[in-house]
Amino acid sequence: MQLFTKMWEVGIVTEPLAAECAALELARQVETKTKKLLGRAVAIRQVDAGSCNGCELEITGLTSPVYDLERFGLHFVASPRHADMLLVTGPVTRNMEVPLCKTYEATPAPKIVVAVGDCAQTCGVFKGSYAIAGSVDTVIPVDVFVRGCPPEPADILRGILAALDRFPL
Amino acid sequence: MDMTLLSGLLAALIICYLAGALCALLAGDLYGRMLAAAGAVLGALATVGLGIAALSTGAPFSAIFNFLPFGGCALRIDGLSAPFLILTGLVGAASAIYGYGYSAAYEHVYSLRRLGALFNLLLLSLALQVMADNVVTFLFLWEIMSLLAYLLVLTEHREPAAIRAANWYMAISHIGFAALLAMFLLLAGGDLTAAFDTLRANAPSLPDRDLIFLLALLGFGAKAGLIPLHVWLPMAHPVAPSHVSALMSGVVIKMGVYGFCRVVLDLLGAGPPWWGGLVLAVGIASALFGVLYALMEHDLKRLLAYHSVENIGIIFIGIGAGLMFQSYGLLTLAALGFVAALYHALNHACFKGLLFLGAGSVLHATFTRNMEAMGGLIKKMPRTALAFLIGSASISALPPLNGFASEWLVFQTLLGGSHIPEPRVALMMPVAVALLALTGGLAMACFVKAFGITFLAIPRSKAAEQAHESPASMQTGMGILAVACVVLGLIPFFIVPVFGRALAGLGKLPWDTARFTLALPLDIPGAVGSMSSPLLAAGLLILLAAIPLALRLAGADRRTRLGHTWGCGRIGQTPRMQYTATAFAEPLRRVFAELYRPTQDLSIDFHPESKYFVQSIEYQSEIHPWFEKLLYQPLIGIFQKTADRVRWIQAGWLGLYLAYILFALIALLVFAGWLP
Amino acid sequence: MSAWLVEVFEALFALALAPGLVGLIRWIKARMQSRLGPPPWQPYRELRKLLHKEVVVSDNASWLFRFAPYAVSASTLAIAFLVPLIVVPRRFDMIGDLFVVVYLLLLGTFWLALAGLDPGSAFGGMGASRDVTVAALAEPSTATAIFSLALGAGSTNLGAIVVATLNDPRTVLTPGHLLAFAALFVVALAETGRLPVDNPATHLELTMIHEAMILEYSGRYLALLEWASGLKLFLFLSLLANLFFPWGIAQTMTPAALAWALAVLVLKLVILAVVLAVIETRVAKLRLFRVPELLTASFVLALLAITSSFLLR
Repeated sequence: MQLFTKMWEVGIVTEPLAAECAALELARQVETKTKKLLGRAVAIRQVDAGSCNGCELEITGLTSPVYDLERFGLHFVASPRHADMLLVTGPVTRNMEVPLCKTYEATPAPKIVVAVGDCAQTCGVFKGSYAIAGSVDTVIPVDVFVRGCPPEPADILRGILAALDRFPL
Repeated sequence: MDMTLLSGLLAALIICYLAGALCALLAGDLYGRMLAAAGAVLGALATVGLGIAALSTGAPFSAIFNFLPFGGCALRIDGLSAPFLILTGLVGAASAIYGYGYSAAYEHVYSLRRLGALFNLLLLSLALQVMADNVVTFLFLWEIMSLLAYLLVLTEHREPAAIRAANWYMAISHIGFAALLAMFLLLAGGDLTAAFDTLRANAPSLPDRDLIFLLALLGFGAKAGLIPLHVWLPMAHPVAPSHVSALMSGVVIKMGVYGFCRVVLDLLGAGPPWWGGLVLAVGIASALFGVLYALMEHDLKRLLAYHSVENIGIIFIGIGAGLMFQSYGLLTLAALGFVAALYHALNHACFKGLLFLGAGSVLHATFTRNMEAMGGLIKKMPRTALAFLIGSASISALPPLNGFASEWLVFQTLLGGSHIPEPRVALMMPVAVALLALTGGLAMACFVKAFGITFLAIPRSKAAEQAHESPASMQTGMGILAVACVVLGLIPFFIVPVFGRALAGLGKLPWDTARFTLALPLDIPGAVGSMSSPLLAAGLLILLAAIPLALRLAGADRRTRLGHTWGCGRIGQTPRMQYTATAFAEPLRRVFAELYRPTQDLSIDFHPESKYFVQSIEYQSEIHPWFEKLLYQPLIGIFQKTADRVRWIQAGWLGLYLAYILFALIALLVFAGWLP
Repeated sequence: MSAWLVEVFEALFALALAPGLVGLIRWIKARMQSRLGPPPWQPYRELRKLLHKEVVVSDNASWLFRFAPYAVSASTLAIAFLVPLIVVPRRFDMIGDLFVVVYLLLLGTFWLALAGLDPGSAFGGMGASRDVTVAALAEPSTATAIFSLALGAGSTNLGAIVVATLNDPRTVLTPGHLLAFAALFVVALAETGRLPVDNPATHLELTMIHEAMILEYSGRYLALLEWASGLKLFLFLSLLANLFFPWGIAQTMTPAALAWALAVLVLKLVILAVVLAVIETRVAKLRLFRVPELLTASFVLALLAITSSFLLR
């Protein structure tokens, strides 16, 4: 019973999403047809291509009641076959290069890729390391970059929505 | 009924089988195989014709054949024989056609003459068995049938497993035969030449009816494979040639069902409720243990053999419920129970025969029965896979195939248990319903495993990679039974009245409202529900067609792309990354661990320098059916010890043995003289 | 003729509302988790999107993989025609009764499990193995609960059971009836893959039962399977609502009665959806090897139901 009284007391804590776009960068235009199809129901598959997990912690925050990505019709899925969007973090390490390609191939068209974090765009602090194959856009085509180390969950959410043309860029 | 037609068909079947056997003996090569198969097929078709002709009279009847007064042999065909004739002929014909292609693998390895001849003679003995009308004929044919089956199990006589299986089969067959002999002696009052008519007339006044019933259950249960006399089944059926396994599993064990029905339903008449209760309990135990042990097998044919135990259990559930209702005077429900049991016997013969033939095709192509070495065969052997799929769906009692129709009838029979006046006895029925439902669910689980691991995904061994489709004769044999499964599933509304009419009169079972309604629901007096297989099948087909159409209309995207199986981005896939049969059955193994009592052996080799490094780990877990351990091993031990003690009699001296014979003769003469 | 049409319309109505039910449960759960959550009609958007996506098929898979979604959807849709939703007595009763419904569910499970094994992925095999285990172990409770219902109604046909309960309202409060409801409720949770047996929203493959078998599916096949799974939930909850508490169901064919029956069905489903959402929020998922304990408890409830039905006759 305590659980239910607590729920009643806490209520809904989701914060509305503010409209700042400093951290976003559009890499390529997503096709209009794709944007319309995926507009309101997007399945996201998160791929960790060798990140330090700082971005993952922020992404986990997206499913919390405060940021709540489900209210926009987004949800995470386990299999890339179910996914419409790949959320990639990390500089792509040599070990994760082929798996990232395979994940991209396993995703059915139409698909969108959002790269999260500075590492994904420029390899961040790991630039030049022997273990890195290259940034995400050298391995798979990326649609939106979300900058930050790590970026705020709100920024990640804005980036995802921007890829879907539901956020002014 | 037109006696000439029936006599003609009987003569035809005898001649065809004998001709087939003769041809097989005379010519051992291709022509011999062809002629033996032809003889068997024609004989089997005559058998089916005989059965159908007998059933189509539309009234309870029996016809005596007088042209074979061969030393006291009497043959009669009646309503109880006819369904068994049909199933013998159907499975026999399919197996014979299949066997033509299959036995080519035995050329120059084992004797084809022997195989062909024995096969034909076995079919003959099975056909005549259900028509035996006096004790001597019945027992003679019974023993011949067991002997022929024994010899057929020994076809691959250089395999130690085959020899062992044949020994067990012979031993348990003879235990059963001894029980049957004792039973008939009691039933006939000592006169073994008595006709069944005499037995029927005298039975109500016999003093030891309970003992006769128990001996019948023992004797016929040993042949049918009821728990705990089933141990020979999983040994014998895998080692026989596949078309023989199909025949044995499909037909020979049904002779146990036939014999039991003949003696208890027809000759003995109604008995106290505990008869039905005992048969019901034994049926439930067989069904449950059969399917539980089948789940843990990864030898494809052993798995199928255990499923035979399970389905015989289901047939005996129907018989037990029928007997119970009969003893309470609920005759319509009793008739329903027996009809359900007979229908399930027919269906089981079809789908089990089909499955064994399919397993034989797999064995023919991959040279192994081990499921863990198979996989991906659906692409290499598409038609065999389709036939096996139909067989699997039938045995899992999935609508609208035949397994579902007969299991539905068994459920309806058990639901009638609410009419039994005594609540404590009536409570057995819901328990039976629950355990039967559990058995059905577990059977489906087992066949998902059997079909999935054998045919789907990637080949797990070189043998599976190099598999090829079976020759046309084998495919035809399987095709016949697959079509039979589908058709039998669609016509329960036809079969139930026909079988009911056939059984009417036996043990005072009525069937006053035998209806023949085409494509309408199965409306049975006594049943508490209605079901229409053809309409259900039609509905499913319509929906199967409508859904893609609806998708097309909704504008669904039609692009399809081939890719790799998703494995979390791993590089490459080997067969070892798939699920295995043992792994598939593991959750159920853990759930039922108390019943299985698996043994576990874990040995870890540590590095000599440090216990933190492991050189090798060996894990072995086995499930030994505890019937063998608790029941048979002690008995065998006792016999061996007794035999050891008595061995001193055999001194090896011929004179001594002659003296033994003389003494025995004198003793018998004295004993005979002393008798009044 | 019009009676048949009404019943066909019922099945299509179930098909149309099923994703909404799933969405409603998700929405209630989200609100209970103190967040806004997707709107209740979100599953419709997802299904529409899936229909326009490409299908990627594994090269290890055979024709069975492409056929299975149709087989599963057809068998679930066939059940929709047999379940009494809006009107009794039913013309479709003669085609099938409760045993047909149970075995049609098994038919769906059979095909889905085979489809899980076909691509040769370990996840599919694991999901198939667990799903058939749960399905097999749920069978005894279902069968015994059916027996108990049939005992009261004198028939296993669904329409007949509803009519019998409507004619004798006192049967609703008999212990047999209530215990059978509890037993079937647990079976419903197990068969439809809801907590505490299986979490429909999990991303961890090792915790999946139903989801693991559909990991390889995409596009229109996935849409069919998701729809079939939602329809299964809809039908199970409708069965629970209408077999045990059938008031409101139309017994005549007048438009007023039918509309009223529709509204009452929706109300009952909303109530059951709330109950389900509360249960899913409150309990944690059971470890796989504790699910048989739950199903055994359900079987014991069903046995008690039948015993009390026998004794109180």
